[in-house]
Parts: sequence; C-alpha cells; structure tokens
Amino acid sequence: MSSMSHKHLTQQEFDEAARISLDALNSCQPLSLKDRLSIPVQEMPSQDPIIRRENTKEVALGYTENQAKVEALRCLQCKNAPCINGCPVRIDIPRFIKEIADGDFQKAIEVIKENSLLSAVCGRVCPQEVQCQLYCTVGKSLKNVLKSVSIGRLERFVADREREEGNIKAPQGKPDTSKRVAVVGSGPASIVVAADVRREGHSVTLFEAFHKTGGVMTYGIPEFRLPKSIVKSEIDTLKAMGVEIKTNFVVGKTRKLTDLIEKDGYEAVFIGTGAGLPKFMNIEGENLVGVYSANEFLTRANLMRAYDRGMAATPIAMSKKVAVVGGGNVAMDSARTAVRLGAEEVYIIYRRTENEMPARVEEIAHAKEEGVIFHTLVNPKRILGKLQAEAIECLRYELGEPDDSGRRRPVEIPGSEFVMNVDTVIIAIGNESNPLISQTTPGLKCNKWGNIIVDENCKTSMDKVYAGGDIVLGAATVILAMGQGRIAARSINKLLA
Amino acid sequence: MNAILNKKQLSQNVYLMELYAPIISGECRAGQFIILSLNNEFAERIPLTIADSNPEKGTITIIFQVVGKTTLELSNLSEGEKIVNLLGPLGNPTHIEKFGKVLCVAGGIGVAPSYPIAKAMKKAGNELKVIIGARSKELIIYESEMRELSDELIVCTDDGSCGRKAIVTEPLKELCISWKPDIVVAIGPAIMMKFCAETTRPFGITTLVSLNTIMIDGTGMCGGCRVTVGNETKFVCVDGPEFDGHKVDFDNMMARLGAYKDLESQAYHKCKLDSSLKK
Repeated sequence: MSSMSHKHLTQQEFDEAARISLDALNSCQPLSLKDRLSIPVQEMPSQDPIIRRENTKEVALGYTENQAKVEALRCLQCKNAPCINGCPVRIDIPRFIKEIADGDFQKAIEVIKENSLLSAVCGRVCPQEVQCQLYCTVGKSLKNVLKSVSIGRLERFVADREREEGNIKAPQGKPDTSKRVAVVGSGPASIVVAADVRREGHSVTLFEAFHKTGGVMTYGIPEFRLPKSIVKSEIDTLKAMGVEIKTNFVVGKTRKLTDLIEKDGYEAVFIGTGAGLPKFMNIEGENLVGVYSANEFLTRANLMRAYDRGMAATPIAMSKKVAVVGGGNVAMDSARTAVRLGAEEVYIIYRRTENEMPARVEEIAHAKEEGVIFHTLVNPKRILGKLQAEAIECLRYELGEPDDSGRRRPVEIPGSEFVMNVDTVIIAIGNESNPLISQTTPGLKCNKWGNIIVDENCKTSMDKVYAGGDIVLGAATVILAMGQGRIAARSINKLLA
Repeated sequence: MNAILNKKQLSQNVYLMELYAPIISGECRAGQFIILSLNNEFAERIPLTIADSNPEKGTITIIFQVVGKTTLELSNLSEGEKIVNLLGPLGNPTHIEKFGKVLCVAGGIGVAPSYPIAKAMKKAGNELKVIIGARSKELIIYESEMRELSDELIVCTDDGSCGRKAIVTEPLKELCISWKPDIVVAIGPAIMMKFCAETTRPFGITTLVSLNTIMIDGTGMCGGCRVTVGNETKFVCVDGPEFDGHKVDFDNMMARLGAYKDLESQAYHKCKLDSSLKK
C-alpha cells in the first residue's frame, strides 16, 4: 500500500539504500532486539506501473542481495519460531533466514528444500500474510502484519539465486523398486507427490490433460505474476529424477482410473486434478458473446498465449471496457491481464468491500497501480446485449449482519440498479470440482460440491487411490495443495513399503 | 503415436485422415470427439469428431473441412507426419439402444460424425434411414458407406446436381409423416440442426443434435463451449456433445460460434497466403 503513495523506485535505488543500511548495521553488530525491530521492511522492487501495463513480464523483480541480507537481519530468531506453525509444510524459517543473513544462500535454499519443493513458486504466490508472516513476532511487535519479516520474498530470493546460478540438482532417489505409481494432473499437489514418491525409488507416471504441464501454474496464474520458465524448471527437475510425463492424457476419458490399477499395473494412484469447472452466476445474458469464465480468459491468454496477437492462433476479444466479477486473486489476474491486452478501462465488481476481498493485499495494490477501477458493494443483476455483451446492470449493496464465515453479509439495496457499458465480462467467482474422474469412477466418494472425500492420510474411499489439492479442498492455494501432496506421498510410500 | 497413416481428399475442401492412436481407438464410442493442436507454442486447439475407429489396427479416423488456419495447416500434413497433440476420446458417447426406427439427418461435413452413430444404431437392431444433404454433388461424402448401412438413403443437394433438389428438412418432414421415426439424429451446420429441430417439433419426435462449439480444453475447465439448453447452461464438452434439439438455443449458439469470425478469417487468409508462398 505504501508503495502507492510515493515515487516509483527502481531496483538499483532500492539496492543502494539497502547497501547503505547494511554497512551501518554491520558496524553495530551484534544487533539488539530493538535494533532489529527498527530496520524498515525492504520493499519489493517492481516494474514501473506505466511500463508494465504494456508488457507481460514479471511485475515483482525480486530482492537484490543487499536487500535480502538487510531483510534477514530483521528476523529475531525466536526460539519458539511461531512462523513455522503458520507454514503448511513447516519450513524451518528462522534457520533459512539465518543462513541468508550470514550470506550462505545455497545453504538457505537447502534448508527450505528439507520441507518444501517449488520454493520459487511459493515465494511468489503463497499468501504469506495469512500464513507464516501472520505469526511473525516482528509483525506482532510492530502491530502490523505488513511489517512482519518478508519471509516469502526471502524464499523467492534464494530459490531464484539457485536457479539462476544453475545450481539446481535433481534430488537423489533410492534404488528402483519397480513399483509403479500414477499421478493424475501436473499442478502443485501432483508435482510434490511425484517427487516424494520417486525419491523412494518407485516409478512415477504423471498424466496431464493439457499439452503442457504445470496445471493452474501454467494455464491460470499469468506470466507477470509467475514466469512460466520457473514452472518449467520445476518440471525439468522431475524429469531429471526419472518421472515419466504423459501429456494429452485425460484420466477418466483416455483411460479409466480403475483401468490404471486393474489393467495397467499401477499400484497406487494420486488424483490432483484441481478445481476445474468454472462457476457462473446464472443471471440473464451470461452466455452472450464477450462473457468469459476467468478460466477461459486466462487459459486463452496464458496457456494459448493469445496475448501475442501476431503469433497465437487462439483469438481473444479485442476488449475496450471490461468488467471482472469477483474479488479474489483470479479476479485480479483477469483484470490485470485485460489491461495488458489493451483494454481502455477495466473494472472489478465485488459485492462486499475491499476489506473482505479474498485477494492478497499485494495483488489488489498492483491492480490499482495498473489503473484497474474498483466498484465495491456492487453486484451484477444481468448482462445486457442482443448477441454480444453491451452493458452490465448492477445493484448496489450494503453490509449487513455477519454470516457463517464471520464476514458481514452483503445486502442488496432495492431500486439501486445502474448500468455500466462494457463489451467484455469476466466471471471470476470460483470453481466447482471437475466431474470427469468421479463420473467414470463409481466407487469414488465425493461431497455435495463434487470434491473428493479423503481421510487424514489423503486416502479416498477406494483402495490404492489418494487425492489432494483443489479437487479435495475446493479452490485453495498452491501451498495448501503442496501440503496435501506431501501427506498423500507419505501414505503412498507407506503403502508400497 | 499420432502418425497420419492414410490421407484422402474427399471433396474440394474436405479431408479424411486415419491416425495411429491405439489408446483412443480402444476407448472411443460413437459420438465422441478428439481435440488436436499442431504445435506446443502458438497453435490453437480444435475439436473434431471421431468418424470411425479400428481398435485392431489402433487407428481413428477424422474428417474435416478446411475452414480456418488450423484445418488448413492440418490439410497440408502428409502421410507419415504426426499430429503433435491429440487428446481424447472426449464427450459422452451417443446413447445407443433399440429405439425401433432411427432417422439420421446429416448435412455437409456432418456426415462424418453421423456415420459411427448410424452404424451403432443399425447394429443395435434399429431400422435405419439416412438423409444426406450438401450444397452440390462434389461436396457429398460417405455416400456409399451410408447407402450400405441404411435401409433407405435419401440424398439431396441445394442445386440438384445429385439426388433431390431440396434441403434436408423437406424429406425429413415427409418421413415424419409417412414413416414416423422414433428418434431423429440431426448433425450438420448449426442452422441445419436448428431447422431440423423445428421440423420435428410439431410431430413430437425426439431429435438429438451434436453441437460443434468452440472449445479450448474440452474437459470442463474453461466453459467456452457453453450453450443454453432449456434455459440451463450446459457445457458441450462434458455434458454433451449431444442434446435435445428441441431445447437448444441455436441463435445463441451460432452467435458464440461466430465470436471470433473476423480474427479467424484474418488468420486463415494469412495462413493461406503463407502456405501458397511456400509452394
């Protein structure tokens, strides 16, 4: 938020300031608790908003070495390490930060890897402010979670450093057991399962329905937030470990799940197919031309590369005025993608206030910096147009009593209808579970939302079949998917031991 | 995998390809489709119905009309070359049972998806009549195959160059009166399916249509293929591709099919120019 109020600083300017701070801090070692608490948060250098509106390159540029060292000195090295409790995969956070402060970046990434894969991804897209950083003593002492130690940015720094220096080594696995495991989907949960099971010496085949691997990290999260080269590098590590990858293979259709076990000789199956069925609002005009699910809009832009209009065969609307309905990260991704595709005006329409938005504070700030206009306490009533969307009619809302989630319920104000002219509407209100596997697998139990039901070991109602990630959780985060992948892998390794 | 074993030009712009795809060949049923793309970077994904399959040989047959960039590029591939990405079988198989009298109405390239359905319907013990329609004689495909399969085949062309000079709804209406089919399966251009459904509606004859909407993933993830069926939103890829023709909002479907018409035709003409320059 603070980054909005002052001039945009370049990475070099941030680095120079950090270098001066670091010299000063080094001259007064050892640092007292008070010294550490008085070091200001190192801000994330980013592309200038005016420039980045025109390109798809990554927005956040990453800490420089000096910034990382200064930020690491803010950590109090708490004995009880409350941050670890906020991490779904329990990374030894104080220990890796200590290594950064001491300048041993390779050691730091090794500490992270004891518990986590995909650190370059998680350092970018984890919602740290509601996980590790929420529990950080520094943030608590300064009474502001945004002033916690920037654990995620530090994680990203060491992961990027390792990759850029070509130091990534495929982890050594145990000798081959010749037992075969099928992993369905190639998103974050599946990647973790594939790696953990392969390390035990089992043969792993990863099945992906799309022509490219990475799941939501490839088709959903845009390049400007998560460069595809990073996802590719994670997949390359799996390949180097000997994981077999089959793209263009949709389990449930190309082959039934039960056939994988009964006919193809897989001794265990992990289902990590994600939350792949977009929700619509069931309002008038929702099937007009120019109305997209966020999944479709982002898939066209990211996976099919429609943003490269000269090159890509997949078209995308030449939008001028775009309304994005929803307040989550996917809504922000869609709005910011629309900006980059050349839309003149992009609106976020959200029925509660900004405080209730599920999107990360950082994403909201980035969207605003890029000129996205926020209409809060507003909800669509219908989309107007004959064949093509021409306008969206909305109602104004106010906040009423708290609902089951504890958030104040939005209540419509009767008679408050108003119309906004738009040619494109993107519905980003979440996903339901993809039915392809459950439809063709009679023994697999799902709840009423279609999510696969698992026990505490991520085992499903079927023998030898495990599941995790969004197909179990509903739409969640990369790190929660990874956490489940870790549990499922442990169960599979136990089953095959 | 995915190699083109056999390629035939069926009419001016229509091609048949037999592809080596043993897994899909073993799993597919009448009414299902595949999605293909021709490279990993900038290619688009297009759905095509599986027109035939031969599990012993491990092959599937696709029939396509050159209408845009990707179908043009596809038609330029030769025997022995491979389709880079081939996914399937997708969609739900046609519900096949002994209905009694089955009437298949196939327009233009729609004969290709109709063929396996007609075959399966015949095999299930149905009486089978088939109406094939095309603009002119040169554009008629699968005539002999359909003739062999059906108890009666009616061919009609817009210009009268083959069979009756009529559009398919004329013999359809006559048969609704004289033969009284138990079910009609109409597959072809959206406008043809719309008018077939309008023709059978007064007779109350169940009319299945197979929709060929724009798709990206084909697995339910994007919703780009959605159509309005009886005031409900349905996804063609996971709920279809076949629906009750009397309930489909064809005007909305046709609008959605044409959403990128201008961009597509630009890409097609550019591609056509490029490929003729190469030659």
